[in-house]
This record gives sequence, C-alpha cells and structure tokens, in this order.
Amino acid sequence: MTSDDSEAGSGTTDAENQSHRFDRLPATDEERRVEGRPTRAEVLDWWAERFGVPPERFEDHTFWERGSGKIWAFAGDAPTPLEIESLGLVFLRTRREHWKPTLEAVQRFGGHATRNVLDLSRQAAATFLAGDDQELDWDGDWGYLIVTNEIAGEREPLGVGLYVHGELRSQVPKGRRRDFRED
Amino acid sequence: MEVLERYEPLVDDFESFRAACERPLPSVVRVNTIKTTVERAKQALAEEGVAVESTWHDELLALPESQPGTNWPYVHGWLHGQEEVSAVPVEVLDPAPGERVWDACAAPGSKTTQLAASMDDSGTLVATDSNLGRISALRSNAERLGVTNVAITNEDARNHSLKPFDGREYDRALVDVPCSCEGTIRKNPDTLEEWTLSHVEGIAGVQKGILRRAVQVTRPGGTVVYSTCTFAPEENEAVLDHALETEPCELVAFDLPLDSAPGVTQWGEESFDPEVAKAKRIYPHHNDTGGFFCAKLAVTES
Repeated sequence: MTSDDSEAGSGTTDAENQSHRFDRLPATDEERRVEGRPTRAEVLDWWAERFGVPPERFEDHTFWERGSGKIWAFAGDAPTPLEIESLGLVFLRTRREHWKPTLEAVQRFGGHATRNVLDLSRQAAATFLAGDDQELDWDGDWGYLIVTNEIAGEREPLGVGLYVHGELRSQVPKGRRRDFRED
Repeated sequence: MEVLERYEPLVDDFESFRAACERPLPSVVRVNTIKTTVERAKQALAEEGVAVESTWHDELLALPESQPGTNWPYVHGWLHGQEEVSAVPVEVLDPAPGERVWDACAAPGSKTTQLAASMDDSGTLVATDSNLGRISALRSNAERLGVTNVAITNEDARNHSLKPFDGREYDRALVDVPCSCEGTIRKNPDTLEEWTLSHVEGIAGVQKGILRRAVQVTRPGGTVVYSTCTFAPEENEAVLDHALETEPCELVAFDLPLDSAPGVTQWGEESFDPEVAKAKRIYPHHNDTGGFFCAKLAVTES
C-alpha cells in the first residue's frame, strides 16, 4: 500500500514514487519518506558542487518529483501532492548514478555557473546544436558540462554536453536541434 | 471571403478592411524578458544580419525578411513567434510579479509565456487546456522560454477546479477563448472555408461558460480579460452581455496604443448592454495587423 502522506507530512509508511502526481522534495534526509527520492538539500549541494551555482539562486523555487527521478523546479509554492499535467520545468534527472540537468534548466539557471562550463566557438556550438559529437580538448572533469555560446557580446548557456574520452557528446534533445552549420 | 460581408454594417471603411484581409502578415517575434532584454535580443539579431522593424509594443519585433525559428537568439529561448495583435490581451490584463493568474485556454502558450514574463516568472500562473496534444505544445514552448511559474491543468475550463490549489482564487484571469478565428485570415487564408453560423453559435455557448467560470474563480476586485480573434458579435459582445447578466462583474474602459472601434451594442435584431461599448474591436486595416476583440472586466462583490 502506498501512502497519501506528503513528504512533509507525518506518514511513516514506506511510500513509493507515484508517477502520476507531483510530490514536493523533502527538505532533508530526516523528512524523507520515499526511498531514493533526493532531498532539496542534495539538489542544492549538487548544483553548487558540480557547477558552482549558489543555493541562493534557487531560494524562490520549490523542487518536485513526478516520474522516477524526474525533478521539476517551480517558482512558487503549491499543496503537495499535486495531480496536474505540469509544474514549472523539468530540471534534473536523478535516478542514474550521474545526475543530469536538462537543457532548459541549464539555459535558465546555468548563467550563474562558474565551473564545468565549456565555452564553444560559434562553429563548435553549431555542431553541438545539430546534435553531433566532436573531439575537443578539455582539462576539466569528465561528465555532464554546461556548454555556452557567445551571443550579443556575452557567454550564454546553450545546453548540456557529456565529455568523455576526448569527445564532447551533444545531449541536445532531438526536438531542440537545429543545423546552423555553414557548409 | 463572403463571410466577411456580414460585417459590412459594422466596419467603418469596408473596402480597406477587405483589402487588408487579403494581405499576408509579416513574421513577428516577442522578446522573452525572462531570459534576456530587448536591447540584447536586437543586438543578437543584428549580429546575424536579421532585419528588424519596431511595432506598437517594445517587446515585439517584426522580421520582414526572416522566419522566427532560424537564428541563435531563438535557440537560446530569447524569442517567441507571436502575432502582433495577439499580445494585446496580456498587455490589458497587466499581471504583476507574485500574483495568482489563470490562463483559461492556454495552449499553445504564446500568451501564457507572455503572462509569465509580465509576472517576472514569479507567483503562480495556472494554465488550463482541454486538449492533451495541445498541452504538449504548451509545455514545450514554456520550457524553451525557461518559464518556471506555470502549473498546467488538463480540463474543460468551464469546470475549472480550484481543488488542487486549496481553493485559492485568482487575482487575474485571461479568457482568450477558442473562436471562429475570422481575424486570423491574413495568416490562414483557409480559415473562412469551414465557417458556419451554427459553429459560431455553438462555440459562443462554450465561450459564455468559460467567461462565467473565470469570473467565479477570480476574487472581488480582480480583473478578467476576455479576447477572441473573430469579428462575430455572437462570440464577442453577446458573450460579454451574458456575463454581465449572470455574474458579478462590470466592464472597464482601457487605453491601447492601437487604433480600434468600440464594441457594438446592436447586431441584427439583438441589442446588448450599452457597457459592451467599452470593449475594443481591432480590424486588420486599422493598424495593419490581424483582427482582434478585447474586453476588460472587473469582478465585483456578489
């Protein structure tokens, strides 16, 4: 039996993630009711450690799970649980070993990142945006990086790349790809 | 085009009106101020050699020689293709950061995302649509533009439930209803081929139900904006007249930096509450845009 208690509530039954509704992330481990569900503190720590985005950047946002490991960021508060179609934007996937931010999260919040940010030339950005992998030199960590492009005189986050074995693998979802390469 | 003949008694310069309806419209984009500024968006377009012309609204840029989706600022979520006149109702509703706002017929989301930007992506914007396929387009647009204050519900707006949100009422509601779309003829020349009076009358019933629900879920003192892209009084003034009769609300006069005509109080045998003259009819020849209808209502104590 699954519990209807919200994460913040007093329920003690072992609940499971329910894929049809939004549940607010527990603030900390002590408040966790659903095994494997990340806490708000873990999400904030991850953005701070991986990309240097300070927790204050998310102070106006609440975090929710709907679908296993699919974390949504909402610019406000709402009752939990909540059965609706969508709440804010999908922002992080956490059920695999390496957490992965979405392109939309990176475009919205990645401008505050200070590390694991890969600046691409316009030509390399076009290859990335088309969804193609490319060989690149990168001295930093392997794993998911925030890829930026220069536009209107400044660096702006464009999407998420996976850097492994000297190669940048574009993670741009099919529906967001465009081919702006000039050949 | 014969359908348009029925509006000859309403339109000031009918020949100009007809001629305007036959001209195509240029592409227009709205700058997404959640992610950038108008200045930077202009700079980015200039870097790519995309020509830009200004419009009645600072955040709307006409692209006379280009398509909206084929440039770098678009893929960064800085731009959204949106017809010039369709930015009117959000401008009239004018929501503020932190408010609770309902978008009753939200998909595909041009106005939803404009509402979110107007609210500085804060507060709560509940966006409803009855069609799941269209909701997927709404979600995609909202996410591309980085909107985080929107909660999307799939339901018939006439029965919109406040239950998921603990019964909290709205400060403002946008009722941009499905309609016979006559005013979009410059974008979709086939629009009038399927036109029937029975469709107009049928959809008017739905429009009345949605507007009534919007007044019911908005707090006294709150604002509701009703808009369509049709010229049909059955879907415009008659719907307002019905709301005035059945729900605690009144019409409010408003300014707009666009030429327009007042709402009509007489249509054939029908006459409407004289207050409906406070609504605005925007005809294509007025400002070289699509056609539009917009009314502002204040919710009163019941």
